[in-house]
Amino acid sequence: MDDYTSGSDSDYTKYWIDWFLGTKGNEYFCEVDEEYILDRFNLTGLNTEVQYYSQALDLITDNLDENLNEEIRDIVEKSARHLYGLIHARFIITTHGLTKMLEKFKKCDFGRCPRVLCHNHPLLPVALSDIPYTKSVKLFCCRCEDIYNPKSTRHASIDGAYFGCSFPHMLFQVYPQLVPPKSTDRYVPRIFGFKLHDVAKQHRYQDMIREESHARIMAGIEGLPTTAVVVQSSTSARDVQQQNHKNNKSIESATPTMTESGAMADVN
Amino acid sequence: MSSHDLHLQHQQQVRDMRNAGDVEEEEEEEEEEEEQLQGEYAADEYYGTDASNDSGTESMPWIAWFCSLGGHQYFAEVADEFVEDDFNLTGLNSIVPFYKEALEMILDLEPEEDSTKVPDVSIVEASAEQLYGLIHQRFIVTRQGLQQMADKYQAGHFGSCPRTYCQSTNVVPCGRYDLPGVETVKLYCPNCQDIYSPPSSRYHNLDGAYFGTTFAHMLFHIYPELVPNIPNKIYTPAIYGFKISEYSRCGPRMQWLRIKQDPNTLDASGRLIKDAKEQDENDKQ
Repeated sequence: MDDYTSGSDSDYTKYWIDWFLGTKGNEYFCEVDEEYILDRFNLTGLNTEVQYYSQALDLITDNLDENLNEEIRDIVEKSARHLYGLIHARFIITTHGLTKMLEKFKKCDFGRCPRVLCHNHPLLPVALSDIPYTKSVKLFCCRCEDIYNPKSTRHASIDGAYFGCSFPHMLFQVYPQLVPPKSTDRYVPRIFGFKLHDVAKQHRYQDMIREESHARIMAGIEGLPTTAVVVQSSTSARDVQQQNHKNNKSIESATPTMTESGAMADVN
Repeated sequence: MSSHDLHLQHQQQVRDMRNAGDVEEEEEEEEEEEEQLQGEYAADEYYGTDASNDSGTESMPWIAWFCSLGGHQYFAEVADEFVEDDFNLTGLNSIVPFYKEALEMILDLEPEEDSTKVPDVSIVEASAEQLYGLIHQRFIVTRQGLQQMADKYQAGHFGSCPRTYCQSTNVVPCGRYDLPGVETVKLYCPNCQDIYSPPSSRYHNLDGAYFGTTFAHMLFHIYPELVPNIPNKIYTPAIYGFKISEYSRCGPRMQWLRIKQDPNTLDASGRLIKDAKEQDENDKQ
């Protein structure tokens, strides 16, 4: 993994990016479009982040002078990987980048949620910090909305900044239909079949919090129709209603209040 | 050659087969797992070669050998006295096929003369594994078993929690069912009080019933000092540093799952005691 030259000797690949993506441990990365890399605007500010910036960029785009001495080549190689990661973080939140990562998500390239009650839901890479060399990459499960450490040490050592804090959430903003239905399933510890008092109390507290936030969200969505209602108020009110339905099918009691919101929209 | 020698020889063959199976499994597994586990496999091989030279495994008791196998690191060694006490095995004879032969194998007893009805030693081997697992389930909730498992827990034999905010705290094996053949073993994290699948596929065919539903919680009940004290953190999704609104269709909906509250500050219905008092006063007025 450390040596580009030795890697290319045994398994010769024409393009640096292809070689990089084929290297073990880089399975989380997608291929950044060449046009994206060649557009200097997309690389704004990266020259201060990366040593030997221009040579590294040349290496990524396969334009590097072959006659470099070994020592410098190694440093450039390292810089190129860092630079690619940083470009990658920017690329994956563009429209094209999101579609590429979506494909990988669907193929479960990032692994599956280790939580038993998430039933092997696919994960997405996420960072806890956008600054390089601070935190390694974590995996976000959109079912339990929590983050996990990658299973393999190879993936656990990838810099989180190569993916960024925003990526998975941006993906779900663009593809909201991918958000799985949330379940209220929870592991209930038992001793000889009996629930534990302290845990049960906590679970009741969690349920209370969940119901409160649910009520708040439903009330909040009702308060929003001004943004959703355009000129034809009657049809758009129906849209809002349908959306509300999609948002949470489980609460039937919300239906009467939603008709109220529809009425309010009519008045507007 | 006595029948005992034959028996041991056959056992040895089965053991070799198992070790070979482990090696195959190793190839299927992800590489990084291999790296971690190679040391352990090396240990298995060591026992294997040792046996062929100077009958090392043959002098090793079955229970110790079984627990040393690759993929059996979660098991504690059940005390012989516990297995020998019939009371502890009540009811198991109706669950495990070839119960008598399996028990003999576990205790390294010489099989009786009429044991010829057993078609194949490998079947008894499977029964012995199941029987040992079910005895294990009962043993690890006894004082001695808990002590052994507590030591293993502290030594980190069961791995760590994959959840980032649990800061790699140690986990314990647990099952969701007490009957064998329903589900494989899971790992319980005492910090987030949730269960996870073991990361290595070598544990994906270990029955959860061998650990049972009770053990994990009994352990932390008896040894409350083992419960880790990690500050409670909940992940908040954000885009460019801005939190995602709850009103968004893909906004946070599961934060309740990781909320932790000191049980002493809660009343029986799960309300905060101070909130409950206020509420009651308001109700009175």
